[in-house]
Amino acid sequence: MKKLQEQPSEKGDNSSIELLGPMQRRKFFRYAGATAAATTLLLAFTSCNDDDDEMMPTDPETVDLGSGDTGILNYAYALEQLEAAYYAEVVARSLNMFNQTEQQIMQDLKGHEGIHRDFLKAALGSAAIPDLEVDFSAVNFNDKNSILTTARTFEDLGVAAYNGAGKLLEDAGLLTLAGKIVSVEARHAAVIRDLIQNGTFSDTANSQGLDPAMMPTDVLQAAAPFIKTKISANNLPQ
Amino acid sequence: MNIFNIIEEIEKADPEVYSRMDSRRHAFKSLGSIGKKTALAAIPFALGSVFQKAYGQSNSMVLEVLNFALKLEYLERNFYTQALAASGLITDGTARAAIEKIQMHEAAHVDLLIATIQSLNGTPISEPTFNFGKNFPDWNTNYQTFLTLAQAFEDTGVRAYKGQAPNLINNDTVLTAALQIHSVEARHAAHIRRMRGNLGWIVGAGDNSNVPAGAQPVYAGEDNLMQGGINDVSTVGDGYSTAIATGAFDEPLTKEQVAQIVSLFE
Repeated sequence: MKKLQEQPSEKGDNSSIELLGPMQRRKFFRYAGATAAATTLLLAFTSCNDDDDEMMPTDPETVDLGSGDTGILNYAYALEQLEAAYYAEVVARSLNMFNQTEQQIMQDLKGHEGIHRDFLKAALGSAAIPDLEVDFSAVNFNDKNSILTTARTFEDLGVAAYNGAGKLLEDAGLLTLAGKIVSVEARHAAVIRDLIQNGTFSDTANSQGLDPAMMPTDVLQAAAPFIKTKISANNLPQ
Repeated sequence: MNIFNIIEEIEKADPEVYSRMDSRRHAFKSLGSIGKKTALAAIPFALGSVFQKAYGQSNSMVLEVLNFALKLEYLERNFYTQALAASGLITDGTARAAIEKIQMHEAAHVDLLIATIQSLNGTPISEPTFNFGKNFPDWNTNYQTFLTLAQAFEDTGVRAYKGQAPNLINNDTVLTAALQIHSVEARHAAHIRRMRGNLGWIVGAGDNSNVPAGAQPVYAGEDNLMQGGINDVSTVGDGYSTAIATGAFDEPLTKEQVAQIVSLFE
């Protein structure tokens, strides 16, 4: 947490607090967080849960990501669950189809996505959504091209998802944390793309040199064919 | 007209003014990055100064970050432009195509940053003079030295944007654009690293990055294992190796650290 608190935060600027009128408890923690060394992620999450008061009712079968920063972290956790499950499957079933360098890449991707998933789960604690049921029936694990193009879909989608969700986060520390993960996803995406066709590493960028940024609803729609569990993003920040 | 009358007047026109002001972030959202200027111009000075006090600092911070990013993008654009022009440096066709693609993105980033700074009524810094040969004299004759510096610049770019993102949290439009550049820099970095036979990701404090001592500051702190509230992130789940735990997270660089790296080329 020390690392997070070292991040310069505009929201730590006390000079304008008086102008903001009655402060919600959540916001108080944001301001307090900039100086209070004892603030923990857990505390931030607990305070975020104050937003849950106005939750929309959902189908009991459906996993609701929640609201506020917690909801965004659960959204990231859902995507990381999908990626981690995918590379675990690739390594378990298809590793011998790849050359030595590619095998290391697949092992590293399995490790990186696994630690992203387990880290987010630990950070979310009791606010974490349950394990999702995945569906990779559309993937041919005996076909290198099928494996790599699915990986490309996941990695590019992950990058666009984090890029789009950044602005929805309220906590500067969590924004940094998401930033630490998204650039690694972009590295994965580039390497996978190059394995499919060398030189395509950054072909996602538009004429302004910008990668896509997608909103949660669109991302979840794109990921839906691979996730059996129904997910609701209804309470995420817009 | 005193300030309370003004707020009262605004309240009549916009009953939600207080909820709009519940945080600077939301105020930015409702006013929009360009609309904010127009709104400020249209309201009397007294209220303008209130807004200035509440929001002005973040606007100047945004401009500062954008100019900081512009300097790095100038550096990258200049570096690749010169490298592509250096005779006999990049001879392989595939490598050349990749470098041309990267150069094109960096040039687009320069244009975009200049336009954004101007749209916020700021002044873009002019392009500094860079001296890539200052510490690496064979940079434009030795292909491997060129690639080493390219990797260092891209990895620095990734870490620099990451370090500044929190300073943009109040301006959604600029933050998103910065993140969209950030991930493109990471894609470049991964490709250049692979061109050098390295992994696409950074393990430890440059353990797998293969750079000379002079470029080590680029990887300072990348061996961090503390993420969020977790002291050693490798302990989560069933446990992970240090290589996986450091490779899975890129770390931010401060402005000062970036300035130190850039000074090697000024």
